[in-house]
Amino acid sequence: MTAIGATAGATGIRVTRRTLAGVLALAAVVIFALLHGQWTLPHNDDYDLFRTLNGVRDWVDQNRTLLEPIRLAIAGLVSLFDDILASLGWPGVIAAAAATGVAFGSVRLGLLAGFGFGSLGALGLWDPSMATLAMVLAAVLLALLIGIPLGVLAGRSARVQAVLSPVLDFMQIMPAMAYLTPITLLFLIGVAPASVATLIFAIPAAIRITALGIREVSTTTVEAARSLGATDNQVLRKVLLPLSRRALGLAVNQTIMLALSMVVITSLIGAPGLGRNLQRELSKVNVGGAFDAGIAIVILAIMLDRLTAAVAEWLDPRERAARTRPGGRLVTVALPVAIIVVGLAAPALVDATKFPDTLLFSFRDPVNAAVGWFTGTFQPATLAFKDAATIIVLNPLETVLVQAPVWLVGAALMTVAWFTSGRRAAVVVGACAALIVGLGLWEHSMQTMANVVLGTLLTLAIGLVIGILSARNDRFRAFLRPFLDMAQTLPAFVYLIPALALFNPTRFTAIVAAVIYALPPVIRLVDVGIRSVPPAVVEASTASGATEAQLLWKVQLPMSRQALLLAANQGIVMVLSMVVIGALVGAGALGYDVITGFAQGKDFGKGLAAGLAIVLLGILLDRITQGAGGTRREGAANAG
Amino acid sequence: MTAQFPAPAPDLAPAAQTHAAAVGGGKSAISVKGLWKIFGPGEKKIIGTPLAELSRDELRVATGSNVAVRDVSFDVNPGEVFVVMGLSGSGKSTLIRCLTRLIEPTAGEVLLDGEDIGKASMARLRDLRRHRFSMVFQHFGLLPHRRVIDNVAFGLEIRGEAKKGRRDRAAELLSLVGLDGQADRYPDQLSGGMQQRVGLARALAVDPAVMFFDEPFSALDPLIRRDMQNEVIRLHNEVGKTMIFITHDLAEALKLGDHVAIMRNGAIVQIGRPEEIVGAPADDYVADFVQDVPKSYVLTLGWIMREVRPGDPLDGPEFPRSTIIRTAVHVAAETDRPIKVVDGGKLVGMVDRVQILAAIAGFEPGSAA
Repeated sequence: MTAIGATAGATGIRVTRRTLAGVLALAAVVIFALLHGQWTLPHNDDYDLFRTLNGVRDWVDQNRTLLEPIRLAIAGLVSLFDDILASLGWPGVIAAAAATGVAFGSVRLGLLAGFGFGSLGALGLWDPSMATLAMVLAAVLLALLIGIPLGVLAGRSARVQAVLSPVLDFMQIMPAMAYLTPITLLFLIGVAPASVATLIFAIPAAIRITALGIREVSTTTVEAARSLGATDNQVLRKVLLPLSRRALGLAVNQTIMLALSMVVITSLIGAPGLGRNLQRELSKVNVGGAFDAGIAIVILAIMLDRLTAAVAEWLDPRERAARTRPGGRLVTVALPVAIIVVGLAAPALVDATKFPDTLLFSFRDPVNAAVGWFTGTFQPATLAFKDAATIIVLNPLETVLVQAPVWLVGAALMTVAWFTSGRRAAVVVGACAALIVGLGLWEHSMQTMANVVLGTLLTLAIGLVIGILSARNDRFRAFLRPFLDMAQTLPAFVYLIPALALFNPTRFTAIVAAVIYALPPVIRLVDVGIRSVPPAVVEASTASGATEAQLLWKVQLPMSRQALLLAANQGIVMVLSMVVIGALVGAGALGYDVITGFAQGKDFGKGLAAGLAIVLLGILLDRITQGAGGTRREGAANAG
Repeated sequence: MTAQFPAPAPDLAPAAQTHAAAVGGGKSAISVKGLWKIFGPGEKKIIGTPLAELSRDELRVATGSNVAVRDVSFDVNPGEVFVVMGLSGSGKSTLIRCLTRLIEPTAGEVLLDGEDIGKASMARLRDLRRHRFSMVFQHFGLLPHRRVIDNVAFGLEIRGEAKKGRRDRAAELLSLVGLDGQADRYPDQLSGGMQQRVGLARALAVDPAVMFFDEPFSALDPLIRRDMQNEVIRLHNEVGKTMIFITHDLAEALKLGDHVAIMRNGAIVQIGRPEEIVGAPADDYVADFVQDVPKSYVLTLGWIMREVRPGDPLDGPEFPRSTIIRTAVHVAAETDRPIKVVDGGKLVGMVDRVQILAAIAGFEPGSAA
């Protein structure tokens, strides 16, 4: 009896909740119909705040005594790495990469590393590649010097963890574009601010993974050491650090990958390197040229990933002991030494400062030809798709968001947040919306938001389908895996290239790039969510006669609700960060405001405000999709 | 006359008092007095107030604190195996950690050879941990990145011994625990039983005065568990350490313990020799526990003998009163004479077949049949 009563009660509540939502939605539609066009905030480039912020910049410019030493020290560190790479010359760098591969991985990895680095030169991109590498190394060194000790502290103390966690959360949802402007305010443009931006982007991973590794060390093992009389210091040196070696290796690996993906974006604030080449070609809509720079970035990413992963694995003595390598010490020690000697001796025979022209190779013309053929053949279809999406979804959405009274949009966002994530989230969302109004960027924020909404819907629709297929079919999953792995090692910047090839520079191009960027983690999360439904439950449902479809809709999807919410949350945050970068290929709004802020002194204030607006928009969207999950970010760190 | 067990002889009952009396006087290896551990807010403020009298659940509701160990006192003789038995949640694991201050006790004294461990400075405590006691853990707590030999030598390394010396000592211990030839393997290449042998060797390597075992065999398969129990008995005979052993397995407790303490809800409900626990359970809880124990394996003839009656035939076989019943069974089966039970050469009672059969059948001593 009680069970039936309770069920009826629950349904009753759901009906009223649903009814309430319907009534509110209807009310919003009616208000919009009556009042659209009133209480709006059209964009104004001469907003007072922008000029005030310009004044702030002028004041900081005149008071650089404190910031200048930091800037010079960081720039010095980068040029130190520049000098090291230059003094090695191209034969030395290639030899070092190959030797690392042989010593820590295998002869195969050594060959791969040698050819990989060699191909950077063959593409005619040796110098920008080394400039990028030097910045990555400098930023990673700084990130690890700060991040690993903080991670150890956070791993050992719950209190430090509690303080750091929200800060790291914030750093991770903040789109990269958002903090470029404030950093240029402090450190001007060039390699120094680029390194700082990269540091901010990469350090959360270093801290989080280190802390996780430390915390995962079995408490019994720590207790055993303490019971034998180990001091705190001994516990750290002999137990915690050695046992989290794998995690530390992973932390270095992830920090490097994140740093690379950020370093190429920092070409926006004047950093040299591959990013600058890519950006230049993108602005000329030269897909072939962009492809060369893009492929160089991808190669660099894969090389750094494989080499650091090999070193990380080698650090585990069990792994080392289990490995039997043909050739023994001859291969692990003598061969790498020989390779390095050859590399260092090479300048006697060849010019080590300049990669030989005879080896040059470019994808520019074949890619441009292929793109030409492709667009010639398929562009009617792709453009039709673009136009359909733009006219049916994007334009109406944008019109509604921009034309509706500001207070109506704010109230609607707060209501949605209240339904999905609770009262506190609604308050935060309201505050963010109010601050965006204060920044004078309401219209641009709403345009960006329309792009994000469309991008997220596409991402979720495609991600859900692929994720479900992958969860239900092991062979499909195995087929998909290398693509997903690959996608996660690629810097976000390169996703602009295929999107540009397909859709020309428009708003929609940025959305497509964002979808490509956000899909892999969404697919992974959906797959993991469905697969983590306990087999016993699946078995029980099958035993009671559920069809495959019933199993999916009634059991697997509802039970992986948490993972799906997480996928939506991750997806929306990633789409936002890519949509604003998409300003480079034709998306306007906030991202464009940020970029013009770098380019033109008088627009600096607007750019700074736009950076803040992006952060606020990020928090707002994050809160709306946060749901009830408290441990979401940790889960994401594990899944990703 | 129906088969009826006489009340236990006075020198065997009541267990706890006898035990305390036997080891009182400062000669015990470890002496625990009034030990408390309360987890939660204001742990120090509860003891000595009426709150301390509340039951676990009542206290949790009243203060949000959780009593894990409640006013525990016991003494451990040098060289004996002292077993603390209890179900999960009874506080036994917390108790053993309080003894070495891996968990700080809330109140009470722990004396190791007369030294109050609770008052030891951190440095002194480390020194004690490095030289005087060591511990074996349920989940082994081995270092997966070190070879077996370096795991065994870990305690020696912690206290700063040179590599050569500690390696030699570790190799000695590996052969003592039967792990010859495994020195260069990694822990996860070994079976669970072998891993625990490594844990045992590590604990023995520092040559401690007292060894603590925290449910060391609970994670092992039954057959391997039996092997390891025999191993502990063998090692105990060879090295003669004082051992404090935690378990939730009554059979293990009775098999290994010179004395057994039964814990429930943080408090000790009975301490005694195994046959005292089985023969004279202190309350229904303990009685319930021991009811399935085969009595003839644990109890001695002293527990089932009847008084000598005039006219008893005195030409039957003769056993000391401390003989385990089981060992007298085959003799009893071969004669129709009652068994004479002697104590120091003096006849103290008789055992008929009916008493032996009753013990085998599982009647509880003291309860009328």
